[in-house]
Amino acid sequence: MAKGLIRVPVREQDPKVRATNFNEVCLGYNKEEAMEEASRCLNCKNAKCITGCPVNINIPGFIAQVKEGNIEEAYKIISESSALPAVCGRVCPQESQCEGKCIRGIKGDPVSIGKLERFVADWAKENGIKPEAPTEKNGHKVAVIGSGPAGLTCAGDLARLGYDVTIFEALHKAGGVLSYGIPEFRLPKDKVVAAEIENVKSLGVKIETNVIIGKSVTIDELMQDEGYEAVFIGSGAGLPMFMGIPGEQANGVFSANEYLTRNNLMKAYREDYDTPIARGKKVAVVGGGNVAMDAARTALRLGAEVHIIYRRSEAELPARVEEVHHAKEEGVIFDLLTNPVEILTDENDWVTGIRCIRMELGEPDASGRRRPVEIPGSEFEFDVDTVIMSLGTSPNPLISSTTYGLDTNKRKCIIADEEFGKTSKEGVYAGGDAVTGAATVILAMGAGKAGAKGIHEYIMGKQE
Amino acid sequence: MYKIVKAEKLAANIFLMEVEAPRVAKHCLPGQFVIVKMDEEGERIPLTICDYSREKGTITIVFQPIGESTMRMSELKEGDAFMDFVGPLGQPSEFCKEDPEELKKKKIVFVAGGVGTAPVYPQAKWLHEHGIEADVIIGARNKDLIILEDEFKKVCNLYITTDDGSYVRKGMGTDVLRDLVQNQGKHYDVCVAIGPMIMMKFVCLLTKELGIHTIVSMNPIMVDGTGMCGACRVTVGGEVKFACVDGPEFDGHLINFDEAMKRQQMYKTEEGRAILRYKEGKTHHGGCGHCGGDK
Repeated sequence: MAKGLIRVPVREQDPKVRATNFNEVCLGYNKEEAMEEASRCLNCKNAKCITGCPVNINIPGFIAQVKEGNIEEAYKIISESSALPAVCGRVCPQESQCEGKCIRGIKGDPVSIGKLERFVADWAKENGIKPEAPTEKNGHKVAVIGSGPAGLTCAGDLARLGYDVTIFEALHKAGGVLSYGIPEFRLPKDKVVAAEIENVKSLGVKIETNVIIGKSVTIDELMQDEGYEAVFIGSGAGLPMFMGIPGEQANGVFSANEYLTRNNLMKAYREDYDTPIARGKKVAVVGGGNVAMDAARTALRLGAEVHIIYRRSEAELPARVEEVHHAKEEGVIFDLLTNPVEILTDENDWVTGIRCIRMELGEPDASGRRRPVEIPGSEFEFDVDTVIMSLGTSPNPLISSTTYGLDTNKRKCIIADEEFGKTSKEGVYAGGDAVTGAATVILAMGAGKAGAKGIHEYIMGKQE
Repeated sequence: MYKIVKAEKLAANIFLMEVEAPRVAKHCLPGQFVIVKMDEEGERIPLTICDYSREKGTITIVFQPIGESTMRMSELKEGDAFMDFVGPLGQPSEFCKEDPEELKKKKIVFVAGGVGTAPVYPQAKWLHEHGIEADVIIGARNKDLIILEDEFKKVCNLYITTDDGSYVRKGMGTDVLRDLVQNQGKHYDVCVAIGPMIMMKFVCLLTKELGIHTIVSMNPIMVDGTGMCGACRVTVGGEVKFACVDGPEFDGHLINFDEAMKRQQMYKTEEGRAILRYKEGKTHHGGCGHCGGDK
């Protein structure tokens, strides 16, 4: 294949080494590599990649600057559209977004847009370049609930427009899933997450942690007593699901949320932190999404033999291709077309094994994926001492149940329009997983942008 | 940071702290809890609210040092601060939602065990403030572990018992309850039991026999305390509930106590190692090869 058809490879930690540490797997491009990769961009007039990006970053624009070596200029172009480029460059499923639309991808590799965005954001951080704070405040107060990707984006956009923004976060650390969910080896906490949050703060956004909206204070009180004219709800979808099979209450069975929170937010993998974590010898992770891959690769780094148990085949795995590839390289074992039916325990209720049944694929279901069907009589058992359930999450009903006049649908998701995030309650906007159910970081950011636009128009409309 | 405005040793191994947390103090009700984290490296620890002052914006917590974190916590002094202090969490006690006039028709008894005596206090106090005088039975291992006696006397009819008979009477809380109902002609509509799980289990066995509706406050392992992880799940009437959002108070006759007690043991080994590391400090050699000592 001609040279221009193949992307510049990105440096990574060796799989054998990285399987034993929590350092970042992907080392990213250096300036020379980034400039070379940037030169593969055809600078399309009608750039499809921009439409593939949920926050519509001017991709050919920033890449043209990288090609010339003007990294600061490239950072400014990205910052016009994105508040968290160092995060998105790392965790976006680019293959189904910007890179999926890249014309280069028709014949050869698409341009590595994500890795270039990451390079630009990391370079800006190393060189002390921060987004510029607005010169003028407009005197209006807005509250943002939740400091995950949706809330941070919404707050950043509103602050740029001159609003006085306060984010309320239930946990002791900001970042939402970026802090408690996605592991250090994919998204470094201090170097990337904390730094991006500092950038949002440098725009003038205040963050109040340890505040649970609906318990510590209600939305109505924020609006009536504390002078907030509008509220954006970006509280996510953090309620874990379990299977309801026998043995699920046993010692050694965890939700992926618990396992990852202990490890990422509470740093249980480190000796100098107090929170304990079960270091299993043989671990089964049930599920096939990105969260399942994160849990599996975490358990592996804590010293276990790890099996992913997924009821469909490899083609249907919802996780990113890159994550599945990384997990396999590190030695995670995939038991596909397999579904647990019971968790086996000893007399003290500790996990000793898992009973599974083999599946085959039938007709496509409503989601378009072929439905897994049990093969009668194919049940089998194997030994494990830890089971991590990664079956998805749904929105926590705490906010909707304590906010008068806020409508939700039957999946407990807040009902909000897509264009502006407007809910059934005046002055209250919402977006991200709280509205859609569990989705991606970048879609939540898109929704945060929409909410900021909706709130701006609402408050400015009231003035007239 | 959340400043400690009062730190007091209540009994041999029980500590009280009053902490500035205005948002929590403004909204909390009896039955709810907070999660505290001492410092950057600390773990999140759930503690039931034992008293609150809306005027001062403070919350009172009472705890017993049983692990490394609570041992370190007991060394904090007035003027020190917690890095994180979040709440109020969980559902308020059922009777906070009831019509006080209806509630006045009910006879209520509390059975408190050990450090579980502290979270009974705001409930008895709340009832007293609403014109309801409940009976409270405090059971402790011995005289030195009786706490808040004077405070309780002001808000309820108090019965005290000690396992070893070193104070007032000898026996368990359950013995007192049985005596009150079977020998002293007392009738109760509701019993609230708070204490170690084993004690709550035995109260429930007795009240089932006596036909008294019983509420218990569950104390499983928790991490976030907001319903996002399920570490605190308990089986209630055959259904899985998260104690942090659905509880911590549940119908005691529906709880699977044996399962809940086994789940409490989950990190026993890790906790034991942490205590050793803390107590033995630099003298600990880590010969076990597991604890990260210097071997």
